[in-house]
Amino acid sequence: MTIQIFTPQDSTACSVGANDVAEKIQELTQSHDVEIIRNGSRGLFWLETLVEVSTAEGRVAYGPVDEDDVESLLEQGMLEGAQQHPLSLGPTEEIPYLKKQQRLTFKRAGIIDPLSIEDYQAHEGFEGLRNALKISDQEIVDTVKESGLRGRGGAAFPTGIKWQTVLDATAKGECQQKYIVCNADEGDSGTFADRLQMEADPFALLEGMTIAGIAVGASKGYIYLREEYPHAHQILNKAIEIAIENKFLGDDILGSGKPFDIEVRLGAKSYVCGEETALLESLEGKRGVVRAKPPLPAIEGLFGQPTVVNNVISLSSVPIILAKGAEYYASYGMGRSRGTMPFQLAGNLKQTGLVELAFGATLNELLNDFGGGSQSGQPLRAVQLGGPLGAYLPKEQWDTQMDYEALAAIKGVLGHGGIVAFDNTVDMSEQARFAMEFCVEESCGKCTPCRIGSVRGVEVIDKIRSNNNRDNNIVLLSTLCDTMENGSLCAMGGMTPFPVRSALQHFGEDFHQDPPSQLNKS
Amino acid sequence: MNKPLTSDTTVATATLNAIEKNKHLEGSLLPILHQIQHSLGYVPKESVPSIAKALNLSRAEVHGVVSYYHTFTDQPRGETIIEVCRAESCQAVGGRAIEAAIKENLGIDYDETTEDGKFTLEAVYCLGNCACSPALRMGDDIHGRVTPKKVDRLIKKQREQD
Repeated sequence: MTIQIFTPQDSTACSVGANDVAEKIQELTQSHDVEIIRNGSRGLFWLETLVEVSTAEGRVAYGPVDEDDVESLLEQGMLEGAQQHPLSLGPTEEIPYLKKQQRLTFKRAGIIDPLSIEDYQAHEGFEGLRNALKISDQEIVDTVKESGLRGRGGAAFPTGIKWQTVLDATAKGECQQKYIVCNADEGDSGTFADRLQMEADPFALLEGMTIAGIAVGASKGYIYLREEYPHAHQILNKAIEIAIENKFLGDDILGSGKPFDIEVRLGAKSYVCGEETALLESLEGKRGVVRAKPPLPAIEGLFGQPTVVNNVISLSSVPIILAKGAEYYASYGMGRSRGTMPFQLAGNLKQTGLVELAFGATLNELLNDFGGGSQSGQPLRAVQLGGPLGAYLPKEQWDTQMDYEALAAIKGVLGHGGIVAFDNTVDMSEQARFAMEFCVEESCGKCTPCRIGSVRGVEVIDKIRSNNNRDNNIVLLSTLCDTMENGSLCAMGGMTPFPVRSALQHFGEDFHQDPPSQLNKS
Repeated sequence: MNKPLTSDTTVATATLNAIEKNKHLEGSLLPILHQIQHSLGYVPKESVPSIAKALNLSRAEVHGVVSYYHTFTDQPRGETIIEVCRAESCQAVGGRAIEAAIKENLGIDYDETTEDGKFTLEAVYCLGNCACSPALRMGDDIHGRVTPKKVDRLIKKQREQD
């Protein structure tokens, strides 16, 4: 029987040598009956390159495998699934990091060959689309509403309600065009869920977009992908080609008479283009400058037409909702945060990777039970949750449950689910300065508080750090943060103060003195 | 030192090709600019008038888009672009030391090109490789768990390939 050896083609796996490992395996197994499959990653990135071998009892894993380990692994019976090598991890599904997860959106990640449409269908792929084609557009929208799915890009707006608005809106002009736009401009540091999804299971995204198109009456979809993801770009383009060949995209989806096409468009390194209106400007071929709302994109979006703008994970969660029903999805989670969230463990953690769990887990569970504590061995000190515009949380807040409302109550944001941990060597005044510096670099320039305020913010923090008129400058920084928060159209200027204020509030000692009380007022 | 400017005919041909291939697309300006940037390594100022004419835009509008996005440059760059991640996840595991190591090895700062024209150094804010930080991108290859030693090795290897 042919032995299957799985070596991921995922960019992170390749960034630590997966291609070299695959080549080495190929070279050293030429006399054996083996098939090397370049799967997506399981998301257990600290174990990359994670090599799996098929056995009669299921897949067994080895990792982290380096090119130089391949020979000894083969000598010690890797092809038979032997488990005496120090890199042996036992059955993949039994690795606690994976076993304790609740994988719905990422259930196929790492299991299938991302570009095998047969594999995809053998793992419940396109069942959601088939169900969607049997019911009315309104029933599809109702199902998504009932599932409780909220936008996973960061804003957490109920997906079903957005779809309803687009379904009810009338397209202008003769072409009557509505659009589905997938926001794949995943720019937050500490996040990689979109990338993993697109590289490990691209058909799920295509299926989700197609269902959205059928639901709201849109026949054209765009994936706005960040330029920093060249591998995802290749995979998506190939997946689209394969889907067209197999009638899952095109003029007549599965014989339903309904058309839907998808095109991938590359961004050009602008963080603000992750904001939906700036993204639409960019797709239209303009500078990625934020639009004032209203009008909402759902009513006047791309080229002035009704447009659904959803994140990769939101859209990729739709197929399972349509396949298994709204209730199934909503049975996960807590309060108004239903379903699962792919948390992404990054920064100074021992066990980094993607952890998909129902809402409700605490940060402590994620950092310790999954993350395994710091990579450096030093105690963890600060965690930035929700990307570069998210607050820095001190240890006292790590028992907060991962739930949109619970986090909002402590001025935290879940954002896109990125969790970046820092150990006790971090200088939080440097991190606060960086938050302002990042805003200088990435502000689109439309709103003065963001464009100019961020420049002044860097200067003021520099003065504080160099003990120049410190007390007055701390007050000045606080009022500057107020101005940015209240006077900016989008989250770039509006939320840059979050990491700055939280650093001052919780880690005042790094600014060399306790911050005065007025800083804590908001 | 920058690489010598591309000849007028090459620029004209690359510009026309990019326009012809993409102008039927909705919102075709970014795809056109991407193709020119990809084929020439920059978007020459001389390309702007033809693009503007083909898309019925003003030259100022086209220039505005070129100058807005970090990806597009109006000057030639080095043969290999090295992008170092400056974002938080990489900072948490020694990213600042990696930035320093690369600058020292190449003897240049961000947005500069080495004298031999081989490398241009750029900052990037997240490569989505945060689970194996620190990270950098060299050409289309992303490298993770980068150490100062690995930086030297990667640069040496790239030099040898040229």
